[in-house]
Amino acid sequence: MMTTAVAHEVTYLEAISEALDEEMSQDERVFLLGEDIGPYGGAFRITEGFQEKYGEWRVFDTPLSESGIVGAAIGAAMMGMRPIVEMQFADFISCAFDQITEMAAKNHYRWGAAVPMVIRAPYGGGVHGGPFHSVCPEAWFFHTPGLKLVAPSTAYDAKGLLKSAIRDNNPVLYFEHKFLYRRVKETLPPEDFFVPIGEAEIKRKGRDLSVITYGAMVHIALEAAEQLDQEGIDLEVVDLRTLSPLDRHTIVDSVGKTSKVIVLHEATKTGGIGAEISALLAEECFSSLDAPILRIAAPDTPVPYSPPLEEFFLPKARDVIAAARQLVAY
Amino acid sequence: MEISKPEFLQLYYYLLLTRAVEERVTVLYRQGRIAGGVYTSHGMEAISVGYACALQSDDIAAPFHRDMGAFLVRGITPGEIVAQYLGKRTGPTKGKDGNVHLGDLNRGIFAFVSHLADNLPVAVGAALAFKLRGESRVVVTNTGDGGTSRGDFHEALNLASVRKLPVIFFCNNNQYAYSTPLHHQMAIQDVVERAKAYAIPGEIVDGNDVAAIYLMAQSAIQRARAGGGPTFIECKTMRMHGHSEHDSAKYVPRELLEEWKKKDPILKAEQSLKQLGYVDDVELLEVRKRVEKDIEAAVEFAEQSPLPEGPETLEGVYAETLVEVLA
Repeated sequence: MMTTAVAHEVTYLEAISEALDEEMSQDERVFLLGEDIGPYGGAFRITEGFQEKYGEWRVFDTPLSESGIVGAAIGAAMMGMRPIVEMQFADFISCAFDQITEMAAKNHYRWGAAVPMVIRAPYGGGVHGGPFHSVCPEAWFFHTPGLKLVAPSTAYDAKGLLKSAIRDNNPVLYFEHKFLYRRVKETLPPEDFFVPIGEAEIKRKGRDLSVITYGAMVHIALEAAEQLDQEGIDLEVVDLRTLSPLDRHTIVDSVGKTSKVIVLHEATKTGGIGAEISALLAEECFSSLDAPILRIAAPDTPVPYSPPLEEFFLPKARDVIAAARQLVAY
Repeated sequence: MEISKPEFLQLYYYLLLTRAVEERVTVLYRQGRIAGGVYTSHGMEAISVGYACALQSDDIAAPFHRDMGAFLVRGITPGEIVAQYLGKRTGPTKGKDGNVHLGDLNRGIFAFVSHLADNLPVAVGAALAFKLRGESRVVVTNTGDGGTSRGDFHEALNLASVRKLPVIFFCNNNQYAYSTPLHHQMAIQDVVERAKAYAIPGEIVDGNDVAAIYLMAQSAIQRARAGGGPTFIECKTMRMHGHSEHDSAKYVPRELLEEWKKKDPILKAEQSLKQLGYVDDVELLEVRKRVEKDIEAAVEFAEQSPLPEGPETLEGVYAETLVEVLA
């Protein structure tokens, strides 16, 4: 575990650990439950050393029971605790679908019982995980009223959003991108900080066209932006950070300014979050659009394993560059 | 263990109240005044009345749809229940949900969802919270014979047993899951067999004997409070109506229903009350009159309550603040 007394450089993964540690040390109601999170420290070692520090009940190793774990977290949350569930991989969240969409998401609406719970879901491809260790399942839950969904792209946002999620009074699905765990680093301020849920951030200001994206694809968009800069094309990169509730204001403002837009995500294309954003832009920005709305997403297939297949599957900076060139021609 | 007169009279009152509320709701349904479905616990009232009366006020009940008695015992009023059925704003869900889908954290009772056995892991989680905080509170939950085939049932029992959590699992074995008889639901005779695999002590009790259920719940609760972990209690009973009131249940042999009619939990309770010398017919009549008055007042309250306005649909999707829960 890290200490946070001074400004320090941390990875995305360490930022998640820090957020958990800080919130657990400040609030006794916060506890963790999941598979192999105790002595083993979790599949990705995010909770390494936590059980020694907080004991076996607050860092609670469970049987292999995703639905049971989420159900138990809901019950504990209703009894005044603030549980954080670790899905070992986001792919396994399908086993808990029912508890998330039927119980957690509907409780407050139906009978006023809040469910202050976080489900951490390590998601995404690029790590050769194959069809069952790579999925981006956010759209399944995006369609469910009553849930909040966040998906940070930087270490700062990873920490700030997790702390906000823990303090939120609603069920929050926290999508942490496995590809970013050790590849993204940042110097974080020493003091407590929070990234508010529901606020997108413009990660790069630009005037020619907007890329609306989140998660690992933010870095793809920034990479494309650097190359396009040399061609005189100025990309604005909007990092959604929160997927639900969507920051419609920032999206509409950005596209209103640039008049051209690419919606980019790693999840498969059909019925993805990009479809909703495209519809939103068609409804609210139609008169300011100078070109069609373009979507870049993974093809509608499971995530394949073999490196050339996965390479083909994942959206790349070159896809963004090609789409940007097409749009500026209008 | 002996059951005292006041305890037994309380059980009897709630048995009658449960039957009366559901009968009145069924009448309203037949009059076309209830928009949705009606699911009753007719003939099975003893189970939830029995376990709920064994709870203390700061314990939690996590019932399912045959547990009307638990709602009443935990203090949801008959008026609120009729209002819920009528879709009124004064129902515990303010019209957002119907029938027995209701609950109140302040009165220590969870609302369940239609997906059977989903309430079990949630009950286990409440028990986990009590264990984490070192509280001596317990949770009682219930599902049907059909619900025990679902994965959530097994995940809940396993988790509760591995960590010896203070939760009592009831099973209302009413022999039918909608139209599916028990022998097509499982290859075992007694549902309690399922508890063995999780090393949870299991009991079978006459599901129509409210006193037996109450006493068995008490001892399981006592054990759980003392750190002894979960108990599984199978209540053998019979679903005397259809799955819901639209279902004539023609698939249930009439003889079976005739046989179980003789074992009605209210009749049984009256016989026991008299055998114990606790009451005579006059006293029983007094309880019945009290219940009748309660029901009339409930229907009046519900009928006079306003319906929600359409735009209230949009309220409450997210929680801004927390309800202060019992602590």
